[in-house]
Amino acid sequence: MGGKSITTEPKGSLTREYRPRPDLFRAACWLASTLTVALLVFILGEILYKAWPAIHQFGFGFLSGIQWSPNRGVFGVLPVLIGTAASSLLALLFALPLGLSIAIFLSENFLPQPIRQLIRFVVEMLAAIPSVVYGLWGIFVVVPLVQQYGAVIAEKFGFIAIFSGPAYGNSLLTASLVLALMVLPTITAISRNSLVAVPPTLREGSYALGATRWETILGVILPTAAPGIVASTILAFGRAMGETMAVAMLIGNSQRLSWSLLAPSNTLSALLANQFAEAEGIQVSALMYAAVVLVIMSLCVNVTGEAVLRRTQRSVVGLK
Amino acid sequence: MRTADTPTSQNSLSEHCLELTDDFTSGEVNFIKVEDFKFFYGKKQALHGINLEIPSRKVTAFIGPSGCGKSTLLRNFNRMNELIPGVRHEGDISIHGTSIYDPSVEIIALRRRIGMVFQKSNPFPMSIYENIVYPLRIAGQKDRSVLDETVERCLRSAALWDEAKDRLHESALGLSGGQMQRLCIARAVASRPEILLMDEPCSALDPIATAKVEELITELKKDFTIIIVTHNMQQASRVSELTAFFYLGNLVEFDSTHKIFTNPAQKQTEDYITGRFG
Amino acid sequence: MSCRTAAPQNFFTQDGTKTSVLRLFRNRFLTGLCIALSLLTLVPLFSIIMLVVKNGFPLVSVALFTQLPPPPGLEEGGFANAIVGTFIMVGIAIVLAVPLGILGAIYINEYAPTSRLSAAVRFVAKLLTGIPSIICGVFAFAAVVMTMGCFSAFAGGVALSILILPTILLTAEQALMGVPYAYREASFGLGATPFQTIFRIVLPDALPAIMTGVMLSVARAAGETAPVLFTALFSANWIQSLTEPTASLSVLIYNFAALPFDYHVKMAWSASLVLVALVTLTNILAQIFFAPKHR
Repeated sequence: MGGKSITTEPKGSLTREYRPRPDLFRAACWLASTLTVALLVFILGEILYKAWPAIHQFGFGFLSGIQWSPNRGVFGVLPVLIGTAASSLLALLFALPLGLSIAIFLSENFLPQPIRQLIRFVVEMLAAIPSVVYGLWGIFVVVPLVQQYGAVIAEKFGFIAIFSGPAYGNSLLTASLVLALMVLPTITAISRNSLVAVPPTLREGSYALGATRWETILGVILPTAAPGIVASTILAFGRAMGETMAVAMLIGNSQRLSWSLLAPSNTLSALLANQFAEAEGIQVSALMYAAVVLVIMSLCVNVTGEAVLRRTQRSVVGLK
Repeated sequence: MRTADTPTSQNSLSEHCLELTDDFTSGEVNFIKVEDFKFFYGKKQALHGINLEIPSRKVTAFIGPSGCGKSTLLRNFNRMNELIPGVRHEGDISIHGTSIYDPSVEIIALRRRIGMVFQKSNPFPMSIYENIVYPLRIAGQKDRSVLDETVERCLRSAALWDEAKDRLHESALGLSGGQMQRLCIARAVASRPEILLMDEPCSALDPIATAKVEELITELKKDFTIIIVTHNMQQASRVSELTAFFYLGNLVEFDSTHKIFTNPAQKQTEDYITGRFG
Repeated sequence: MSCRTAAPQNFFTQDGTKTSVLRLFRNRFLTGLCIALSLLTLVPLFSIIMLVVKNGFPLVSVALFTQLPPPPGLEEGGFANAIVGTFIMVGIAIVLAVPLGILGAIYINEYAPTSRLSAAVRFVAKLLTGIPSIICGVFAFAAVVMTMGCFSAFAGGVALSILILPTILLTAEQALMGVPYAYREASFGLGATPFQTIFRIVLPDALPAIMTGVMLSVARAAGETAPVLFTALFSANWIQSLTEPTASLSVLIYNFAALPFDYHVKMAWSASLVLVALVTLTNILAQIFFAPKHR
């Protein structure tokens, strides 16, 4: 009967289908995944390996040493560490109020949608401009400005250590100002996301209790979005720490310790950028050591930021 | 007229309200007056010339199928609909004889006089205590004893004091769904409003929590004029004294709850009550 | 009756009370402040765009894109070799990173979404995106330059590939996640193998989004300086092989920006113009052609 052929025909193909065949494509995908994980290990291992002579020779004294003179074989990165922290923190100080304003501006309806769209586009453009172009712009715009007004500030407020002269154009302040622009998109994007994620019922609730718009923003919306804003700040800090080119072009690359914001300074990444090409012998190893420090610092900051962000997302989900 | 020479200083405001409410304990017949009120979302008309007079110190239920405009009207009493862009209204709503659209009316003052409880409980992500004193804090109240007193009074009137008194400074998000909704009620009465708007306050709650909130509503009507929007007709018949039936943006019938549920004047009302549509 | 309606004259009006006036004033002030600060960001961006166009455009000519950089002091020539170098290094990065990233994404989203390896891949990719770009250069210096004993286009390409790999992998994963699960069920239900399902159903559907991710990361890589600065170094000549120092637009900007020669500085601005135009164009193209499908 017809039924017979129906039951017998597919039976053969069924068994054929079920015979396990090696899936080469799957193996290729697995290999790609494994390589990606191995890559991080390889990167860390390779840098650590090349840094080993310096780690062995200088130990932790490397971190507290204030001298960096390749000619004499003395390497210490304390001034550079301070410069890294100072420039990043200063950049956040400038960028945070600005970035937060924009994030609020984008999540509220102060002005019509097209203007908000424009601001959003502008901020995305800021993120897309290459670091080295910021550096070039900084040399021709920010450096003269800081030199001009820095001299005035140093004259008037020079008695305060952080404003003491002489004022240089290529200074910590210059680098921080440009860095602030560069981390602004990070702060804005993540803060805006967490502001938008605040359930609209909370806003309604606050308005229904007779709060004004800004009482609602400051009293309910910002506190609810606070973890996301903190995460954005941490991640922006990580970005500022790792930014290289603009800083290398603007900070003045000096390993001298100074209290003044108007004096040249240096950061880990700028140090690497400026010295690697011409480094030899133990200096290469010392630079690798500095790279290790930079990697550890930025990994710590980024992991913290991501962890905060992940917790934020969970808590916002809980609110809904 | 006791209130004609009302002092305008901030401190007297709450006392002023209390005095006012004393005046109307007997129940004012046309406490809230809606006159030929039309409402539009962009081009779409949501309310077609509503006329309605709601008495004070009573529970009034708004019923009707979804999209009938009952929530829209409710949200106009404290002008919450104005948060939506592109809305517009015609006609007038007055409370105590004052138009809420009068230019001298400040929205923030209006909303402090009218508490609102939402469909989905919306406690702020802060402590129970801070949730309740929020309306006082934004009005600049800093006196600790006033705040403490308000928290206890409001939690008691929301029947939440016994459950919450030992955890006032813990996050409000740790409460159960029913407790959160009662916290929102407590918060809504913190600035001593006269009117309490409830927009389907029990739709997200289980039957036990619903029963508690309904019990609370009957308790609260001694002090407040309550308007409740509900989908649940049993609930309307249980808690309200007056019922308004809306259909397609029109007020079909407004009468005592007993009358609406036993002997409605309109065919449409009867069809809805008996479950023939909606 | 009249008494009742007259009673609450100022029921909803707090006019005159200090707090109310203060609160409303503060509200307006903060709105103004917020708008002002937001508009303030327009200033530096316009300044950058304006200067890049103003200083970079006058030099644009056929010579700029076909000739070699002049020796210091001379005032003619172009950065053709840098354009070629950037393209070659970005090309190497694409060849290395794109297959790896997409295959990895397929594995973690299609084959083993919940496995421990996949979790590790996601974690590592996240970490790699957070690593400063100069570290890619340091690694390529250690692994390629020091091993081969010379600065090279290849080392620069390796550095760039590490830079773009995590972005490509993560955006490809997002793209694959966007493919409705029902498509896969339908395909499996018709007796397709995983390989057939991925190649005939999932990848075609996810391709626009994957391409967007690739394009955006490639445009970013073209403008990156730190990874190629001391791996490919720079050269004033045409590229002869992958194992010699190679010029790139981004390093050209860095090297020429601080030179005391007017013409070289102008070339740096022109190179900036090229890079900014490239990045902007890619962003716009990505938005127009590969806009996420509406589901």
